[in-house]
Amino acid sequence: MTLPMGRPMREIFGETVAELANDNPRIVMLDGDVGSSTRADIFEKAHPDRYLQMGIAEQNMLGVAAGLATMGLIPFISTFVSFAVVRPLDQIRVLIAQTGLNVKITPGYAGLFTGQTGMSHIIVDDMSIMRAMPGMVTVSPADDVEAREVLRWAAAYDGPCYVRLVRDATQRLFGDDYRFAFGKAVTVREGRDVTLFSTGSQTPRVVDAADLLAADGIDAHVVHVPTIKPLDVEAIVDAAERTGRVITVEEHSVIGGLGGAVAETLSEHRPTRVNRIGLQDLYPQSGPNDALLDIYGLSAARVADQVRTILRPA
Amino acid sequence: MSEPLVAGADAGEVVRIREIARQIRIEVIKAVYHAQAGHLGGPLSAADLLAALYFHVMRIRPEEPAWPDRDRFILSKGHSSIGLYAAMALRGYFPLEELATFDAAHSRLQGHPDMTRLPGLDMSSGSLGMGISAGMGMALGARLTGRDLRTYVMLGDGECQEGEVWEAAMAAPRYALDNLIVIVDHNKLQQYGWPGDGPDGRIPPQVPGELVAKWKAFGWRVLEMDGHDVADILRVLGEAGRSDGRPVAVIAHTVKGKGVSFMEGRYYWHTRAIKPEELATALADLGEPLPASEGEPR
Repeated sequence: MTLPMGRPMREIFGETVAELANDNPRIVMLDGDVGSSTRADIFEKAHPDRYLQMGIAEQNMLGVAAGLATMGLIPFISTFVSFAVVRPLDQIRVLIAQTGLNVKITPGYAGLFTGQTGMSHIIVDDMSIMRAMPGMVTVSPADDVEAREVLRWAAAYDGPCYVRLVRDATQRLFGDDYRFAFGKAVTVREGRDVTLFSTGSQTPRVVDAADLLAADGIDAHVVHVPTIKPLDVEAIVDAAERTGRVITVEEHSVIGGLGGAVAETLSEHRPTRVNRIGLQDLYPQSGPNDALLDIYGLSAARVADQVRTILRPA
Repeated sequence: MSEPLVAGADAGEVVRIREIARQIRIEVIKAVYHAQAGHLGGPLSAADLLAALYFHVMRIRPEEPAWPDRDRFILSKGHSSIGLYAAMALRGYFPLEELATFDAAHSRLQGHPDMTRLPGLDMSSGSLGMGISAGMGMALGARLTGRDLRTYVMLGDGECQEGEVWEAAMAAPRYALDNLIVIVDHNKLQQYGWPGDGPDGRIPPQVPGELVAKWKAFGWRVLEMDGHDVADILRVLGEAGRSDGRPVAVIAHTVKGKGVSFMEGRYYWHTRAIKPEELATALADLGEPLPASEGEPR
């Protein structure tokens, strides 16, 4: 069976921040001229006086956000992941992470689903970069339900945070009663043979992959890790101990993101063999979403194939 | 906007501010000598401006550094930190003796300003080009929260080579932020600069008139001043405080290393340790005899 489709996280972004702003007059939206793509336009319609167009000038936008935060406002950032992380990286480092100012870096277009734009717009190392930055926390929700929860958490959290959201509709993992807990991993499937850690909208595809593996007699334990930093060390170690065999799967580089974090943690706390499925130190090309998932080995079928190969080498 | 500042100041006030600027320069020389590290050219060119801002222009409460309605100040040219620290110490934000900890481990007076360590710093800085963006956020935030205050941002002229400065210059007029006042310490030298036929074989960071033309082209109200003439500084900053719907760029013509004969106009005093034999000359230039206790660096 295959998990159903949910709504695009970008719509959840515009709606949820607008809803939060109904009750919180301190919330403002800073847009780097992509509000019609990130759906910050939904916020603009609801709160035109608190929608702040910053133009195509992301370094200034992040700096303005820091200044707004000193005045007690809560800025949310609307741009694409690539232009929210690497273009203004030094502004984030010096003005936001080093100061601890309350800025919500909440870009859309995480991972491969960027509307067939190609490698200038697709960034596959954003979690590695933001996770390595002192003073920054990193959250990657699985679906529209969790994205809404994470945005509500972000508005209440006092400090800088990085929340990566997906452009297009992805599969829905959670029920409406799901509650996000910052810094906690979530077991989404119980199993005995191998532990699969995943994050972001890759997790639903890993759950589907686990169903395919079950048909082959492989009983996978699947843990969703929405918070990459701070990592839920206890849950990672427990889940590794449960099966003694760990594979990470992410729609992201295998260097420094979830795979890196899990490998670091297990090396220190419970040495375990870890295989990492994800993008292999390369720049992806443009193409339809499903084609990219297939090319880069992240569809449910391709994940299942790779897990089989890892567990039962020829 | 609030009541305009007085257009000028009486002669007594000019004398008072000028004396404070002299004390700032003396503290800068002493602290950098003690630390055998830090910057000199920039803090010395900015001393008169800092004295005017902290002792006449800005509405601040040193005893209540987080007073919500205070005017904000960002030293975007963060390498001139010791000049700002000296002004703040003299104004009463912290004891003057603490200046001796400048640049030392565990000091609140870090090499570049760290707002998480020192109350009274409105923003951290050091990576150039950023202060103006944060200042724009403060000015915009003041507007959105209904606070009647001004945000002052001091930029270096070399710093105006950073692209982010012009991103902010583009964006601020869109919000009619006439509560944002940028002061460019136009001392005509940067750390090293392009080679050419200027003093010591280097040329200024801009050609004459370039900064005024650029800020005007971006839609800012541009004022010029002699950044070492206290009466002119007070007059122009008073003028800058009047609102006309545009952010204000004040081009302050200054001399790098101002006040110390052998530092003035020499690019290589941007950052350099003072030798013991140079200390006496520097302090004498500033009208301060060398105290016995200043004979040894830390």
